Amino acid sequence: MPKDSGIGASPKRREDIRFLTGTGNYTDDININGQTYAWFIRSDVAHGTINSIDASAAEAMEGVLKVFTSADFAEAGGIPCGWEVTDRHGQPMQEPKHPILAEGKVRHVGDPIAVVVAETLEQARDAAEAVEIDIDELEAVIDMKAAVAEGATKVHDDLTSNLCYDWGFVEENREAVDEAIKSAAHVTTLELVNNRVVANPMEPRVAVGDYNRAGDEHTLYTTSQNPHVIRLLMGAFVLSIPEHKLRVVAPDVGGGFGAKIYHYAEEAFVTYAAKVLNRPVKWTSSRSEAFISDAHGRDHVTKIELAMDENHKFTAVRTDTYANMGAYLSTFAPSVPTWLHGTLMAGNYITPLIYVNVKAVFTNTVPVDAYRGAGRPEATFQLERVIDKAARELGMDPVELRRKNFIQPDQFPYDTPVAVTYDTGNYDATMDKALEVADYAGFEARRAESEARGKLRGIGVAHYIEACGIAPSNLVGQLGARAGLYESATVRVNATGSISVFTGSHSHGQGHETTFAQVVSEMIGVDASQIDIVHGDTSKVPMGMGTYGSRSIAVGGSAMVRATEKIINKAKKIAAHLMEASEADIELKDGAFSVAGTDKSVAWGDVTLAAYVPHNYPLEDIEPGLEESAFYDPANFTYPSGAYICELEVDPETGVIDMLNFTAADDFGNVINPMIVEGQVHGGLAQGIGQALMEACIYDENGQLLSGSFMDYTMPRADDMPMMNVDHSCQTPCTHNPLGVKGCGEAGAIGSPPAVVNAVIDALHRAGHKVEHIDMPVSPARVWKAMHG
Amino acid sequence: MYNFEFVKPSTVEEAAAALQGEGAQALGGGQTLLPTMKQRLASPETLVSLTGVEGMVGISAGDGTVTVGGATTHAQVASEAASAYPALAALAGQIGDPAVRNRGTIGGSLANNDPAACYPSAALGSGASISTNKRNIAADDYFQGMFETALDEDEIVTSVSFPVPEAASYQKFLQPASRFALTGVFVAKFPGGVRVAVTGASNNGVFRWTEAEEALSKEFRADALMDLRINHLNMISDLHGSQEYRAHLVGVMTRRAVDAAG
Amino acid sequence: MTKVTMTINGKPRSGEAEGRTLLASFLREELGLTGTHVGCDTSQCGACVVHVDGKAVKSCTMFALEADGAQVDTIEGQADADGTLNSLQQAFQDYHGLQCGFCTPGMVMSAAALLKDNPKPSEAEIRHYLEGNICRCTGYHNIVRAILAASGQDVPAVAAE
Ligand SMILES: Cc1cc2nc3c(=O)[nH]c(=O)nc-3n(C[C@H](O)[C@H](O)[C@H](O)COP(=O)(O)OP(=O)(O)OC[C@H]3O[C@@H](n4cnc5c(N)ncnc54)[C@H](O)[C@@H]3O)c2cc1C
Ligand code: FES
Ligand code: FES
Repeated sequence: MPKDSGIGASPKRREDIRFLTGTGNYTDDININGQTYAWFIRSDVAHGTINSIDASAAEAMEGVLKVFTSADFAEAGGIPCGWEVTDRHGQPMQEPKHPILAEGKVRHVGDPIAVVVAETLEQARDAAEAVEIDIDELEAVIDMKAAVAEGATKVHDDLTSNLCYDWGFVEENREAVDEAIKSAAHVTTLELVNNRVVANPMEPRVAVGDYNRAGDEHTLYTTSQNPHVIRLLMGAFVLSIPEHKLRVVAPDVGGGFGAKIYHYAEEAFVTYAAKVLNRPVKWTSSRSEAFISDAHGRDHVTKIELAMDENHKFTAVRTDTYANMGAYLSTFAPSVPTWLHGTLMAGNYITPLIYVNVKAVFTNTVPVDAYRGAGRPEATFQLERVIDKAARELGMDPVELRRKNFIQPDQFPYDTPVAVTYDTGNYDATMDKALEVADYAGFEARRAESEARGKLRGIGVAHYIEACGIAPSNLVGQLGARAGLYESATVRVNATGSISVFTGSHSHGQGHETTFAQVVSEMIGVDASQIDIVHGDTSKVPMGMGTYGSRSIAVGGSAMVRATEKIINKAKKIAAHLMEASEADIELKDGAFSVAGTDKSVAWGDVTLAAYVPHNYPLEDIEPGLEESAFYDPANFTYPSGAYICELEVDPETGVIDMLNFTAADDFGNVINPMIVEGQVHGGLAQGIGQALMEACIYDENGQLLSGSFMDYTMPRADDMPMMNVDHSCQTPCTHNPLGVKGCGEAGAIGSPPAVVNAVIDALHRAGHKVEHIDMPVSPARVWKAMHG
Repeated sequence: MYNFEFVKPSTVEEAAAALQGEGAQALGGGQTLLPTMKQRLASPETLVSLTGVEGMVGISAGDGTVTVGGATTHAQVASEAASAYPALAALAGQIGDPAVRNRGTIGGSLANNDPAACYPSAALGSGASISTNKRNIAADDYFQGMFETALDEDEIVTSVSFPVPEAASYQKFLQPASRFALTGVFVAKFPGGVRVAVTGASNNGVFRWTEAEEALSKEFRADALMDLRINHLNMISDLHGSQEYRAHLVGVMTRRAVDAAG
Repeated sequence: MTKVTMTINGKPRSGEAEGRTLLASFLREELGLTGTHVGCDTSQCGACVVHVDGKAVKSCTMFALEADGAQVDTIEGQADADGTLNSLQQAFQDYHGLQCGFCTPGMVMSAAALLKDNPKPSEAEIRHYLEGNICRCTGYHNIVRAILAASGQDVPAVAAE
């Protein structure tokens, strides 16, 4: 019998009611009395010198309150970067200033130059056309390798070059890896591109600034995955507003996928302008604007070499990657190609020697930062593609080559040569499960059937590992993070027994209001309907680091568990007093306290009432009230893993790919709500399949974004996707968090791209086309070209 | 978007008169014009809505011809022309998505003549006659290159008459992002010969592939095209496909259209 | 400004609109019906789908003045007056057909239009019909299942149920 509540059950999501009836409260639904509208004038050239800005005509137009330029922000700081990477030679990365509005130069199409604030949006737009901006266009730096060549035009004049850093990991292994590759029995080499993508949450970004003169208080409503981080970065580094005078609210947020983690110029702008104008200021991004102002994802160019001995055991991996930073460093940008990527290059395999080199490069493009998976998809893609190629070169089954090199269950905890320790896992189990669900054994018959219809059928396998539950503050601090990565929770029990949980995690589709309540309900035994999950408002939740890196349940959920444990401990003391029993004998079950071995019991509500109406209360031992907070900083990342299998058909005449079947067998450790976990995997898979087959963010050589709208940027649609088989029955619980959970938000996007590309290459090989690789997105045109030269 | 005056005439004459005004422009379903206006790429001073104009909405069939009113939506054509001209109805049913089809009109599509639009291939492929408030224009004279037509500024497409062929089919290869035609081919077999119209592929907009027409007029079988290659030099090249790829697709889609037409 | 009157979710509503006021903006800003969302500016995403005179349309690609006098149905009018979800909304909840909820109003309105035309659509027909509705969260899997369920058909199982 499946449970219908608590941990492991799939109760329906409570947040759905408001979303299904049109009563959600998204940032753009917020309108404040007296609100004005901001229109950003953005650069239409990729690189140029601003000679002059003349806003006098615009400022005289109807409805216009003010036209802002960088001169208005002379006192403000730049948009900060939250992570510092140290290069191979021990030097800090090069870090340019990222102004709120362009200062003297524009550095990418979309770089904001000026902002018109007017009574209506259309008035602001009309006036924007009257702002005269004179720009001398400069040569655009687009190609990463050209950007770091001698004599290249510089994106930032005050930096020594376009190289942000040249990172080596683990630098001490560099020579040993070179040696191992030289002396290997077999080396497989692959050059590949991890294509630039745009996160495109369906809700575009919105920011509304409000200012209260009486209290000198600022409020920012914003589409953010982590309002506390925005408060910290914007308050401390950009606008110098102390935290107690700055409230940041992220209400219902329509998807994030990374793009809504970062602190953006528009947030600082509306917050500041609201004070200058003493009026609320609203900015709503259009989709076209989102394409040139939201941080992009991925964009790596890599050469990977995999060395093996005569028994096909991996001996070394060497990679050489160029990672695009775009024109400025976005909040987490430097960490993505380094600590979120290099540390995963061992994959699920025993590889004694690994060396990862990453050159991060500035270009005249939109800043690039974490996108669902962040660094881990890039690592997984390289490794799982090169292993497939190696298997083909060796004439081996790609599954066998993987199995031969898997870390074995008895080897955990396993120290990889790239600085992390995997706590648990069982990779053969997930592989077995995926092969079974996908009916790998029956593939040949299905292929023959496709062949009879003139179609080329292929099957591709990938196994991934990821490090998530992004935390250990002391570890990430050593790695360059400029903030801690714990999570906090406050559990407030009201007098009548209902519970408000304040979590620093943020839900923008993940369903925390449901799953977090399940956990507390299970722990205390009160019905989930009595538990409210409050998130997304710095004035309600004391502190939080937000939701990304699949960290909510593993880190945020653990903080909540710790706070709930404190509540239970205190409530037991009160119950012991009420029942005149020893605290050690008190048991909490199904929402009632009892004394072990007796029939004495007292209901949860009686205890909570006593806490607030302490007439009969151990006042000398404990304070009245029932509210506890906890900060949880885990000892390690968590390491979900899984096997993904993609089966597809290629139309040899057109190169069109028909996605037939996708199987995911994941090990997420314990699962709180299977329904929600499966939904997370489906969404991740769609993004991974989208990246693999259709999504391409393409700049021309002048830095114009050619795929700047849904007219040219292909979003996966319903008829592009197959039904997906998602299994999470292989569970090796995490050993270092109280729930034994690992996190599931990014897995789908990490494991699927290599499975898809492996399947395409497999289909082509089986049909006699000796194609070794096709860069993503593997579009029909690219498949056709690969087949027909 | 710039502001404008909105007028909703009820007769063709009134509409024509309204279009005489400075900066006046016709509004069909708005499925092309609104996105363009949002980008501020069009700035009409008066918009003359045609959807309420008497006699411009509906489909009639007779004498081997199907006539579609200029303000008839794609959805109406998809359902109401299904028996009289199935290939035309099928084409209309593949334009955009259901919500777009509920608004977009044939007149708007033909007036706009987007090089990737579907209807132009049906009009040219069927040898349709485009009727305006001023005259009738043969499809062969109407399409004059990307976004260019024989229409005058203030001319209204009031209806389109399609001779119904013995067999026909439209095969659309999707541009994956916009879902317009990366390449679409309309093949129509008439007693007097076969017409093949290609959309999406050429820098000159919709065109007739005369070599294919000749080959198919001799023998209406996909195999008859096996040795034909269309020159790629004037094809569109973009993110979604090179000139060579489009030229190749023209061949594939034409063969598929012949097979589907039967 | 012109006064525009429509019957919205069965009730007469009026407000002021300019020529250029989009139906979506009229609903959201003039009438405060913020359930209808705007997710793009190229008429592609479908977050804004409402029914005008019974037909699904993209309210971002229609002027408010064009809907003067029309019957307009939006997500706010789908549940019963007492708040009970209709069978389609209920299926979306039961099958986890939404995550962030941003595409949901448009998805539900499109799906409602589909079921009106085709009460028992196949999986392929559902996927095809949703061509103009983009969801970034769900991978569509559970949306398709929800619509199958709402139409009273068997819903393909997934492994872990
Ligand atoms: C998401 C999306 C997907 C689409 N996919 C496709 C597709 O796959 N294939 C395809 O072919 N099209 C597609 N379209 C375009 C769609 O078919 C439009 O409906 C069509 O191109 C224009 O018709 P309309 O009635 O909407 O014209 P409008 O947008 O109203 O007008 C377009 C132009 O035609 C003029 N005009 C309108 N009616 C007339 C008339 N009767 N006489 C003279 N001039 C007139 C207008 O002044 C304007 O210049 C798509 C559109 C969208 C938004
Ligand atoms: S907002 Fe209407 S289609 Fe995107
Ligand atoms: S549920 Fe988020 S976009 Fe569909």
